[in-house]
Amino acid sequence: MKTMKKIKGTTILAAVIFLLLAALPFYMPMFRVSLFGKYMCFAIIALGLDMIWGYTGILSLGHGVYFGLGAYCMAMYLKLEAAGGNLPDFMSWSGLDRLPAAWVPFGNPVFAVAMAVAVPVLLAVIIGYLTFTNKIRGVYFSILSQAMAMIMGTLLIGSQAFTGGSNGLTDFKTIFGQDIHAPVTKIVMFYVTLLVLVLLFALCRFLTGRRVGKVLIAIRDGENRAGFAGYNTANYKVFVYALSAFMAGIAGALYVGQVGIISPAEVGVVPSVEMIIWVAIGGKGTLIGPVLGALAVNSLKTTASENFPELWSYFIGVLFVVVILWLPGGVISLKEIPGKIRAKLRLHREETSSAEEKIPDKTAVRSK
Amino acid sequence: MELFLMQLFNGISVSSILLMAALGLAVTFGLMGVINMAHGEFLMVGAYTAYIVQKLFIAYLPAGVFDAYCIVAILLSFLVAAVLGFILERLVIRRLYGRAADSLLVTWGISLILQQAARSIFGSPNVGVKAPSFLEKSLRIHGMLSLPYKRIFILILAVFCLFGVYWLMYRTRQGRNIRAVMQNRDMAAALGVNTGRIDSATFAIGSGLAGLAGCALTWIGAIGPTLGTNYIVDTFMTVVVGGAGSLLGSVFGAGFIGIGGTAFEFFTTASIGKVLIFLCVILLLQFRPKGIFAVKNRALED
Repeated sequence: MKTMKKIKGTTILAAVIFLLLAALPFYMPMFRVSLFGKYMCFAIIALGLDMIWGYTGILSLGHGVYFGLGAYCMAMYLKLEAAGGNLPDFMSWSGLDRLPAAWVPFGNPVFAVAMAVAVPVLLAVIIGYLTFTNKIRGVYFSILSQAMAMIMGTLLIGSQAFTGGSNGLTDFKTIFGQDIHAPVTKIVMFYVTLLVLVLLFALCRFLTGRRVGKVLIAIRDGENRAGFAGYNTANYKVFVYALSAFMAGIAGALYVGQVGIISPAEVGVVPSVEMIIWVAIGGKGTLIGPVLGALAVNSLKTTASENFPELWSYFIGVLFVVVILWLPGGVISLKEIPGKIRAKLRLHREETSSAEEKIPDKTAVRSK
Repeated sequence: MELFLMQLFNGISVSSILLMAALGLAVTFGLMGVINMAHGEFLMVGAYTAYIVQKLFIAYLPAGVFDAYCIVAILLSFLVAAVLGFILERLVIRRLYGRAADSLLVTWGISLILQQAARSIFGSPNVGVKAPSFLEKSLRIHGMLSLPYKRIFILILAVFCLFGVYWLMYRTRQGRNIRAVMQNRDMAAALGVNTGRIDSATFAIGSGLAGLAGCALTWIGAIGPTLGTNYIVDTFMTVVVGGAGSLLGSVFGAGFIGIGGTAFEFFTTASIGKVLIFLCVILLLQFRPKGIFAVKNRALED
């Protein structure tokens, strides 16, 4: 009975959040709408991270890599379209006289979008296969994934001529032939992002409700036991890792169009860990929690860095400490607090009343 | 060839800094199952301590005794980082035993706070520390090949730390207790070892070693608020390759990451070198998922 009620509560919350987002262009200025488009991309990443961390117990500190791969694939297409047949500006600055072969097919938008999804998934399958099948687990995996994020950063900065170095890729003009700065295009991109977010939310909802979801939770709570029960845990982990990379890749592709720039600063070690805090604050192990967390933390971040940028680092640092130590269930778990207090009070009342009886009957206490 | 040897020697000195930083990390990870992402910030704390000590020497003491700052800086950077580590352990780390992933995130938050604090106090731009004059020259061996005294000194410092930790761990009662807690916490506690005290002491010493590494870093590069972030990933790779809780593993890991990394970078580029060393680490872990010299443990889950 209780679980029924719980599911209903989060569903209502999810519906309210998505409806508020859908109505956003009607009550917010264009500038804010674009910002929320960006936050929704982050919410998609958070959803994917929640699938591997909240449900399967794999803490990845390298999802900036998959986000970045998706974003760069899309950005390459946008850059080529902006250059209009010429060599992109940063390439001629760094002395290239011909388009590198790897860039050529990205002139085709369909290929670019396909790659924005395929490249992250492929890398995730390779990395996941190499680590999970050989039982590289827990924090060992986390550290490796963080190293991966660091390498991605240095690689992007190091190969200036191919990736634009630390400036990244920017100065886009059109997307699929439409002006990228026009309000209509921005609104369309906003709704496409919302649609993708809702669809992926539904997919995750579907998966976690099925046996796959149960097996993932079993892996989180006791991987060896799940293995002894006959499940090939490595396969499940590779699958869910690839799924989250897929979602991060899509988020990256959607992000570039709306924000208009992708640079190594958005894919390295620091942003990758920041992604984890969205999930932690929202509430890992629930689906709507991370979405809420990504939206809320990023809105806060924008407001904070507009007004007092100095304080933001302190704030996010303290938030990390407080949430993980005292609120491991995130803000979603706040709703359980009244119930917990009530339970404590009841226990207290029972204890005092049994103390008043002054009958040291141990069996009676035990039966309670 | 001489250039390569030169590069190799630089690799060794990178290794020695990694070793000093990783020793503390490996022991605390093995002992408490806690990943300390703020470990890099202890390097930063040590480095800034050296910076302050130098400033004070320049301001208040005659120029003749300037070189003596290096001894004061070494001692103080160890002490300051150790005290900070002790406070951190008592306030936060204590609540996170055995929750490796959670501890990783909490300490990341702490590292953000410490970084911002450094930025508020010292400003974002890097600051430089002058090495004492007797370390400025270099040892000419043959032709182009010359080894800077600074790097030799750092190497000696690292070896000294290694033997210090070895002596502490294997030749003292305290060390026996540390190893006992590492192998079986409950049993050690039942036999009268004060595990809480062991934990704080070990954590403080580990942090102190990181501070020392930070002090050494000031002689071979500029220091800034993000110093810790630059080193933390490599330090963790060192621990992962070597295996948590093993001294020999830390030596191997530091050598592997430091020397291997510089060698790869010499033959390719800086970024490709990083990719190659990462691939090597993944390959090594295929055979030994818990590190090359992992402490044997018969428990199925940990």
